[in-house]
Amino acid sequence: MDALATYALRLGDDSLILGQRLGEWCGHAPALEVDLSLANVALDQIGQATHFLNLAGEIEGAGRDGDKLAFHRDVMDFTNCLLVEQQNGDFAQTIARQFLFSHYQELMFAALAASKDARFAAIAAKAVKEVTYHATLASDWVVRLGDGTEESRARMIAGLDWMWRFADELFEMDDVDAAALAAGVGADKAALRGAWDQRIDLALADATLARPAARRPVLGGRTGRHSEHLGHLLSEMQFLQRAYPGATW
Amino acid sequence: MYTTDMSGSKKAEAVAEDPAKVAAFEARVANDEFIEPKDWMPEAYRKTLVRQMSQHAHSEIVGMLPEGNWITRAPNLRRKAILLAKVQDEAGHGLYLYSAAETLGTSRDEMTEALLSGKAKYSTIFNYPTLTWADIGAIGWLVDGAAIMNQVPLQRTSYGPYARAMVRICKEESFHQRQGYEIMMHLAAGTDAQKRMAQDALNRWWWPSLMMFGPPDDKSPNTEQSMRWRIKRDTNDDLRQKFVDITVPQAEAIGLTVPDDKLKWNEERGAYDFGDVDWEEFYAVVKGEGPVAKERMQARVKAWEDGAWVRDAARVHAEKRAAAKLAAE
Repeated sequence: MDALATYALRLGDDSLILGQRLGEWCGHAPALEVDLSLANVALDQIGQATHFLNLAGEIEGAGRDGDKLAFHRDVMDFTNCLLVEQQNGDFAQTIARQFLFSHYQELMFAALAASKDARFAAIAAKAVKEVTYHATLASDWVVRLGDGTEESRARMIAGLDWMWRFADELFEMDDVDAAALAAGVGADKAALRGAWDQRIDLALADATLARPAARRPVLGGRTGRHSEHLGHLLSEMQFLQRAYPGATW
Repeated sequence: MYTTDMSGSKKAEAVAEDPAKVAAFEARVANDEFIEPKDWMPEAYRKTLVRQMSQHAHSEIVGMLPEGNWITRAPNLRRKAILLAKVQDEAGHGLYLYSAAETLGTSRDEMTEALLSGKAKYSTIFNYPTLTWADIGAIGWLVDGAAIMNQVPLQRTSYGPYARAMVRICKEESFHQRQGYEIMMHLAAGTDAQKRMAQDALNRWWWPSLMMFGPPDDKSPNTEQSMRWRIKRDTNDDLRQKFVDITVPQAEAIGLTVPDDKLKWNEERGAYDFGDVDWEEFYAVVKGEGPVAKERMQARVKAWEDGAWVRDAARVHAEKRAAAKLAAE
């Protein structure tokens, strides 16, 4: 795959894996309203994944579409960030993941909406409206849980602590990112970090929570070096396509 | 989705009520007027409605589980999105119905409590497992199909908030039904393994779907009163017949066989004759002996208990903010 196809693939994989994780909540959330909102976020992510993965296949030009890419690759070919593949854990852990990711995704899509490539720009322009809501939803829950009961506060702190080591990867720029940026297609992810920090700090202050201490980042998702969790996620997600080769659904 | 008529044999107990009020109420209902939350209504009417509407809401919520079971395994991106949207619709229906039922003076927490303690019932159909992807098709096609059959008349039910909820719900259900049938159509036209999967799902879901219309008319003691009150607009057997007549040709059209040896078109009646439903199984499932009844309740109880700290946090946070706002004023 060339850099632009890989660029689209990464965006698609982020959305796909997060959508898959959120789908696990369906029917098991703490309240009916939460079930509705998590399903809503999952649905948006699956929609974005479909667009970006189809685009990746189109740019690649090897006859693979979004489904082929989603259901017929193994772990080492997935390019999502490590954050989105983290397990749901309790609700606070799910919210911590969503909080860190949605603010990144909102900034990312806002930047991509100005892409020179109309295909990236169109998907991002639609998706940015969706993820703006996700970011607000996640921030609201961080505040509620952080400034709620003693238990919710402790769980929120633990959730953020679990996810924090995966935040740096979101802003990492490698050759693919540099090529996409140079072509006027991609965003300068490193440049989004300042705005992201501000947003995170603002919500954490409102939640009366301290920013987790800096730590050594865990990286590797963009080049296929994942956590142990992803293989299990894929084996479940890809089951039917793998068990019935050649069938259409 | 839909709640099964499980009214059983208990008649609503008689309460002394002003005969003039009762007569005026009955006249309004007979005249097809809507009864609204602030209107006077007989206690038995209120109780019957709370029971029916909360059962319906519970069914939507428990009904999320068998289908939710396949969200993470949906075979492609399109099917995953459709299924997510469908299960989300069901959560919405549940919310909508709980709200409508709350207008009768019973809180959502009370209704939830009744469900989790096993006091309240939900549709028997959700106590059957979803074993293969074809079950997602079969549920949409048969279960939502049966639900629509039951719910379309309820758009004209006498209680205004319920009738209005049903209008919106029916629109979404008919969409679900078509999506389910489309899954089955696709499988039935697919590989041998897919055809087998589709037939197996029909075999397992057919009879439980017929049970969704509730006991036969001669064993449904509340039907007469419920029909007089326009809480119910057709009898169980009439709806069951209608469902069979519409669904059998749909099965034939895609080359699937309805698992009933006695199924035969009756020219004279202009309807299908069909075999006997296993009512012993139905009553056993109503009593909580469905194949996965324990798993369903366990999942609901777990979600509720695991979520308690979240709901507490939301409440405490709202109180803190309200107090802070008050202090600032």
